[in-house]
Amino acid sequence: MTRFADGGLIERSQQIPFNFDGRSYLGFSGDTLASALLANDVRLIGRSFKYHRPRGILTAGSEEPNALMTIGRGSQSDPNVRATMQELYRGLTSASQNRFPSLSFDLLAINDLMAPFFGAGFYYKTFMWPKLFWERVYEPLIRRAAGLGALSGAADEASYDKAYAHCDLLVIGAGPAGLMAATLAAKGGLDVILADEDFILGGRLNSERVEVDGKPAAEWAVDAVKALAAMPNVRLMPRTTITGAYDGGTYGALQWVSHHLAEREGLPLETFWRITSQRTILASGAIERPIAFADNDRPGVMMASALRTYANRFAVTPAKRLSIFTNNDDGYRTATDLAARGVEIACVVDTRTYAAVDGDFPVLKGAEVVGISGRRGLNAIVVRTASGTRRIATDCLGVSGGWNPSVHLSCHLNRHPVWNPDIVAFVATDDAVPGMLAAGAAAGGFSTHAAFQSGAAAAAILLRGLGRKVPRLPLPKSEDAPYVLTPFWHVQGGGKRAWLDFQNDVTTKDVKLAHQENFRSVEHMKRYTTLGMATDQGKTANIGAMAVMAELTGRVIADVGTTTYRPPYVPVALGALGAHGRDKGFAPERFIPSDALAREQGAPMVEAGLWYRPSWFPQSGDTHWRQSCDREVLMVRKTLGITDVSTLGKIDLQGPDAAEFLDRVYSNMMSSLPVGRIRYGLMLREDGMVMDDGTVARLDKTHFLITTTTAAAGQVMTHLDFCAQVLWPELDVNFISITDHWAQFAVAGPNSRVLLNDLCADKISNDTFPYMAAGEVSIGHLKARLFRLSFSGEHAYEIAVPARYGDALARELDRLAQQHHGGWYGMEALNVLRIEKGFVTHAEIHGRVTADDIGLGRMVSAKKDCIGKVASQRPGLSGQDREQLVGLKPVVAAGKLLGGAHLFNLGENPVRTNDQGYITSQCFSPTLGHSIAQAFLRNGRARTGEMVDVVDLLRGVKTTCEVCPPVFIDPEGRRLRG
Amino acid sequence: MRIDCPLCGCRDSREFHYRGTGKLMERPAADAGAEAFHDYIYMRENPAGVNCELWFHEMGCRAWLLVERDVSSHEFLSVRLAESVTRGKQ
Amino acid sequence: MRYSAWEVFRNGLTGNKGWKPVWRNPEPKSSYDVVIVGGGGHGLSTAYYLAKNHGIANIAVLEKGYLGGGNVGRNTTIVRANYMLEGNSQFYSHSLKLWENLERELNYNVMLSQRGQILLAHSDGQMDRFARLGNMMRMQGDDAELWGRDEVRAKLPYLNHDTARFPIYGGLMHWRGGTARHDAVAWGYARGADRRGVDLIQNCQVTGFRIEGGQIRGVDTTRGYIAAGKVGMCVAGRSSQVGEMAGLRLPIESHVLQAFVTEGLKPLIPHVVSFGMGHFYISQSDKGGLVFGGDLDGYNSYAQRGNLPMAEHVAEAGMALMPMIGKARMLRSWGGIMDMSMDGSPIIDKTSIDGFFINCGWCYGGFKAVPASGDVFAHLIATGNHHAAANRFLLDRFATGRMIDETGNGATPNLH
Repeated sequence: MTRFADGGLIERSQQIPFNFDGRSYLGFSGDTLASALLANDVRLIGRSFKYHRPRGILTAGSEEPNALMTIGRGSQSDPNVRATMQELYRGLTSASQNRFPSLSFDLLAINDLMAPFFGAGFYYKTFMWPKLFWERVYEPLIRRAAGLGALSGAADEASYDKAYAHCDLLVIGAGPAGLMAATLAAKGGLDVILADEDFILGGRLNSERVEVDGKPAAEWAVDAVKALAAMPNVRLMPRTTITGAYDGGTYGALQWVSHHLAEREGLPLETFWRITSQRTILASGAIERPIAFADNDRPGVMMASALRTYANRFAVTPAKRLSIFTNNDDGYRTATDLAARGVEIACVVDTRTYAAVDGDFPVLKGAEVVGISGRRGLNAIVVRTASGTRRIATDCLGVSGGWNPSVHLSCHLNRHPVWNPDIVAFVATDDAVPGMLAAGAAAGGFSTHAAFQSGAAAAAILLRGLGRKVPRLPLPKSEDAPYVLTPFWHVQGGGKRAWLDFQNDVTTKDVKLAHQENFRSVEHMKRYTTLGMATDQGKTANIGAMAVMAELTGRVIADVGTTTYRPPYVPVALGALGAHGRDKGFAPERFIPSDALAREQGAPMVEAGLWYRPSWFPQSGDTHWRQSCDREVLMVRKTLGITDVSTLGKIDLQGPDAAEFLDRVYSNMMSSLPVGRIRYGLMLREDGMVMDDGTVARLDKTHFLITTTTAAAGQVMTHLDFCAQVLWPELDVNFISITDHWAQFAVAGPNSRVLLNDLCADKISNDTFPYMAAGEVSIGHLKARLFRLSFSGEHAYEIAVPARYGDALARELDRLAQQHHGGWYGMEALNVLRIEKGFVTHAEIHGRVTADDIGLGRMVSAKKDCIGKVASQRPGLSGQDREQLVGLKPVVAAGKLLGGAHLFNLGENPVRTNDQGYITSQCFSPTLGHSIAQAFLRNGRARTGEMVDVVDLLRGVKTTCEVCPPVFIDPEGRRLRG
Repeated sequence: MRIDCPLCGCRDSREFHYRGTGKLMERPAADAGAEAFHDYIYMRENPAGVNCELWFHEMGCRAWLLVERDVSSHEFLSVRLAESVTRGKQ
Repeated sequence: MRYSAWEVFRNGLTGNKGWKPVWRNPEPKSSYDVVIVGGGGHGLSTAYYLAKNHGIANIAVLEKGYLGGGNVGRNTTIVRANYMLEGNSQFYSHSLKLWENLERELNYNVMLSQRGQILLAHSDGQMDRFARLGNMMRMQGDDAELWGRDEVRAKLPYLNHDTARFPIYGGLMHWRGGTARHDAVAWGYARGADRRGVDLIQNCQVTGFRIEGGQIRGVDTTRGYIAAGKVGMCVAGRSSQVGEMAGLRLPIESHVLQAFVTEGLKPLIPHVVSFGMGHFYISQSDKGGLVFGGDLDGYNSYAQRGNLPMAEHVAEAGMALMPMIGKARMLRSWGGIMDMSMDGSPIIDKTSIDGFFINCGWCYGGFKAVPASGDVFAHLIATGNHHAAANRFLLDRFATGRMIDETGNGATPNLH
């Protein structure tokens, strides 16, 4: 066992069984999967990405590049989870990744032997022959070898949530700086959110053997957290990583809600938060950086600070005989801490010659680790000193190359961090994210005292900036050790590879090769070698590679520059970021007033934008939708049909200037419309293309009701708001959308008036209510609006009642229609009826057509200006090259027409250069007994009577058709007016 | 991003619909000619600094807003009701 | 040096010491026959084809940062030829053909992977539109298959076929579509151009143009004045600023488009898949990351970064379309600045200044256009005539009313 008998922040009374790669182990409550594995002496935990090298745990935090695990089994398993962040729970099942057939024997380890040929960018230089081999041979092989964990391909059944929070101050990181800042700010009256990715707050206070105010740091942290938790203006968010900084004080945050629980019933797995804060303190700490040397990726080589975390917080040591390789004083702490726990210290290898020795263990100054032995687990290091090299038996090497402030979030708005030569690292610039100050190690203050001090200072600045008083709060007493470091990035010499990016297998050799091939810009180097592009975004890798490139190009690191850190700070599950996007949650659902009735009648409902509308109304014996559709069409033409048209946009306009306003937004004249009458209207975009069509009813001199298509209702409303507020605020007109307020039904067919006279108290006739009349009628005590309109070509009406009466009216209409052998018709029949009659929809007015293209050029009034009029007169928008709306009917009655088929002159090759147009809408017309279509045909109106070939290459259909006007039924409009 | 709507206060940009350049406020007169409309509809200054632009508080008060925003930093410099701006010119 | 498996082997045995710089770092000369402003994909391919097809050797490419640092290095790497309208159709068809021979042309593996791209349809109307589009592709000589509901279900079983808010009606499969390694395209053209004598000059920002008597004379740069017989501008994302230096106003807005990649996963998604209802497209890179994107953030921007609403929407769309990716973790997001033209199609044209040519307005289409854009722009610069595959991308088309508007959204750049 490598677990100390006592100490640590674990609950020894709670033993927790778990499983890794099929073997069972025991850990404690408070363990991470990583600490529990180390406690069980598991050293080999994964394989590297490219060379499939054996790997062990490197760190104790979210920067971990090696220990990526698949948690859980089967279709719901969770790949690429960092063992260092996964809390242990009863029955946790984990497995290593990227190995076959097993972790200890991985066939692709052969890649490591092939490494001389697999250098940076080798794939750009080969795999080019023969041509077809890329997709068929090389790529499948590469893809299978690449990748880390696997997803099952089954739908993710986990639940995720989204949440929103607002605060005065967001403190990122709950180490000494964050705790201090949050405490001061909260006492100063600010609403504070304190977020930390760890499950215990306190940051490195939980990892170090230091005292604060005379008690162990971890105990002090517990008290500080307790005090914060008791304040009503503080929200503590453990297990919550701030993932990104965005504009306007907006932050993304990922909360692991139940990853640590064996029973997750009723809880989301993760919640993605959007936090909006006035001010932010970045107290995200620092990440220790490795030193590159030969085979430094072997299991057993770990970060020195991680060894302290495992020892002090988890009471675990992977080392029985420990060595340290350091270029700074911090490395000695690990030796001291572990020595105090009885671990034998083989030696401290210090690259510096001047270091002040501290501790009762051997120290080699001016020394370097130049080699390692032990493929699957370290057993010795080779150390070079001025006096030669020697081999030192050791089972674990802690490496400390100094510390990098975690500046990532400060870079998300594209500001670069600045180089601080005193600590040989990049630090965040204040206000790199507006309102954000860095504190503690993130700002380059590495002692506990410096963290407390700068946390308090940052909070004080922000309090003052927000006009608050800064409360008195004494700084806790703590160590203030100096940070003494001599930069040392990689060991020179030797032919072996030295790792910079552990996860993507990028070595110093790769950076040298990039330099040799002139990929010298830091971005080129990154892209060519893939350095820093792994799941840790180079948290442990980038700086070392920049140092190597700086050396090669004779520059200093500050001049090499940095690549840009991008959100998210840690990888975010798409399930969390896209929470509620699944299934029906993706978009709102809108239901028509007669929805219940339509479903009762068995109508399949179809999506129409956000709405659901009935497709058709099947009757017993129907075996195909066409039977229902044809019946409904013929029913409308013969007697009557009803359909719910509430989805059409309805806008109520009122005001003395309403008529003038409509004249400006519609292409045709509306001010001349008499009260009680309706006019078809065409709206253009300012670029002259048709925006939408609809109707305008004049209810009173200053009161209009306009309709839009279902598809364009939102766009038209926004457009009208634009015109009224931005262009012509001088016009006295007001309008609102009443789409949702009124239920509206079309009653169409020769018997429509009979039905209405059954329904309404006021009887209408052709004289009292002619075609295009609008008025009010009574249904019992209810006032309804009646419009004599037709989109079917039949004598038809639309009747509207307040939406709450919609269902009742639908049922009454249903009852009355049956008395006349009529009934409901659905979207399919509605479409057939309108194609037969030659009405256009957005299949035709698709944004590239002018009024003239659809045969409505005369609707652009010559007498007045309107939106889009001038632009519609451009030369390219008229003439023989324009495609114009026509009708098509097959020469042979059985001829098939398909939407999206193209038109060609008779007998010509169906190639692009012969293209004459295309079908926009087609249907079988039960009225005519053959298929018909609406199409755009080059110079089409002049070609009535001509034959064209209609060709669909996709479906292998060719049909010769006659060009005809788009109106197939009753071109004179007798039925409408009857 | 957050936009300080003069009527509703500071709101998340999700509530707003972006239209484009503030130049769209200056629709040419009906007789200004094809070139003026071409310029109005299609040509853009597209500055890399402060852009004058129209946003619509679609999910809020439905006011059209004339905004000055630095498009390199996404910082909002001013937000006004477009209606007031147009009236001011008339 | 020529790249080959043999060279990789030979150099591997000798410590990889034999690899030569992929391009030189030349000092700018005082004068060039042609100066290309912009060392991205389009500028580099233009220089390459000028040298290769038109025998012009004295060419410089001026790049303000590093080669390939713009959108060629920050996109979702999709290559396709599925455009519906005359003008676009032949151009992207031409581009795909160049792509298909690019590795041999450049002796550089750009990893073109013709794994198939499918556009999914979620309504009868959308099926009709895809039929129109697919027929146009076939009429142009490209490949397209219209798949029905059952075929999509059989071939892409992992999509949400049963409980989706917007059910899948079918799709348009374009087998020759796929992906390529984006950086490699820039590097391959750079290497090819360099080998033909083109001077690739990095860290050299153009600060002005010298124009005399309506004729271009040269460019002022941060590294001094450079005389030029002709100048070609390939600076998508910054076209308005560079154009303004030459006194041009352009029908262009700059917008940010985000893209995203997940951690590496074992092979999961074999094709490029585009959702038809929520602005989401996805493919899996050879490294195993799911590479995906969506719509523009929607507001003018030069910031090369986006905001949360679009990132969340894209993830929501991903979960709507293929809920199997819930536990895939987004590793990185980035933003590119799109030259959004007023009809969604590019501009490749002469200007009112003799010898000054522009190539801009690429909107989303820039990456897949790289080979053809260079080819036709080189043709225009060298001969003064429009290439047959690109004779509709005219600057004055908005004045004449001859727009090429695939989406039908008109002069609303953020909707294209």
